[in-house]
Amino acid sequence: MESYRMAAVGEADSIIGFLALGVEIHPVTSSSEAASILEKLVNPEEKYGIIFITETVAEEIMDRIAALGERAFPTVVLIPSNRGGKGYALERIRRIVERAVGADILMGKEGRQQ
Amino acid sequence: MKLQVNPTRMELLRLKKRLRVAVRGHKLLKDKLDELMKNFLELVEENRRLRTEVEEGLTRAFRGFAMARAVLSWSYLETALGAHRERRGVTAKPVIKMNMETPHFLLDDKGEKQNIYPYGLAKTTGDLDEAVRRLHAAFRPLIQLAQVEKTVELMAGEIERTRRRVNALEYVLIPQLEEQARYITMKLEENERGNLVRLMKVKEIVGYSK
Repeated sequence: MESYRMAAVGEADSIIGFLALGVEIHPVTSSSEAASILEKLVNPEEKYGIIFITETVAEEIMDRIAALGERAFPTVVLIPSNRGGKGYALERIRRIVERAVGADILMGKEGRQQ
Repeated sequence: MKLQVNPTRMELLRLKKRLRVAVRGHKLLKDKLDELMKNFLELVEENRRLRTEVEEGLTRAFRGFAMARAVLSWSYLETALGAHRERRGVTAKPVIKMNMETPHFLLDDKGEKQNIYPYGLAKTTGDLDEAVRRLHAAFRPLIQLAQVEKTVELMAGEIERTRRRVNALEYVLIPQLEEQARYITMKLEENERGNLVRLMKVKEIVGYSK
């Protein structure tokens, strides 16, 4: 049982609210900036438990985020930006499920919604 | 496939023992896979539900912040939101579930009962209060989502690995062992028949010379 820190990465306007929750915020303006911050945050010595990152900046560094999937900590969670969700997170889970099960079991439900 | 085994009884015994182990391992792994799959599907469903809930909550909260942002300056907002509030941590402990280390998150409780608005109400707008309230409401599901999503991800990897093992046993190792065992049995039978014929032949020759 250890206490971990939480951080939010994304455009300033999207993540400002996380300050009110006691989450550290790291405003960035580009994907590359987000990548270098993420690199710093995932260091185990920094003890971050959960990192929230907005879909808009996460879009181009998906590979890097996927690579973190194998470890238990930190957990990277995609959140929608202030311009609304783009559905990357669901899309990502869909792909993970597809790889594991060998079939796209979510598609039926998703399809009906659209 | 080229068979490279000594056609001896020793070898046959050894192979049969290996085959028994392989079949048992296969059964166990298959059971594990079934169990994993069952849990996995439940988790995926929960993940989908949480994700939809969280995205909706966050989007609405963010819209509120955007409104507040239109009226208030960035630095003012930053101080207002960040004031009088300690960094909130999350207690995380790894839980070992089915050979996987899955995270378990628990929000630190300090300050939970406190006023959720970290600023004085005099100079801020109602939009901001509403946004903070919405964000607070979405926070707990968000943490839950983090946990579930991570577990789904780890479990997917475990399922993939397990299935690969099951398939390797089922389609490669077990047929291979069976094939080798059959080869040895046939070879031994052939030797036996060869021996029998030789004996008959010898007997025949011995009989003629009499």
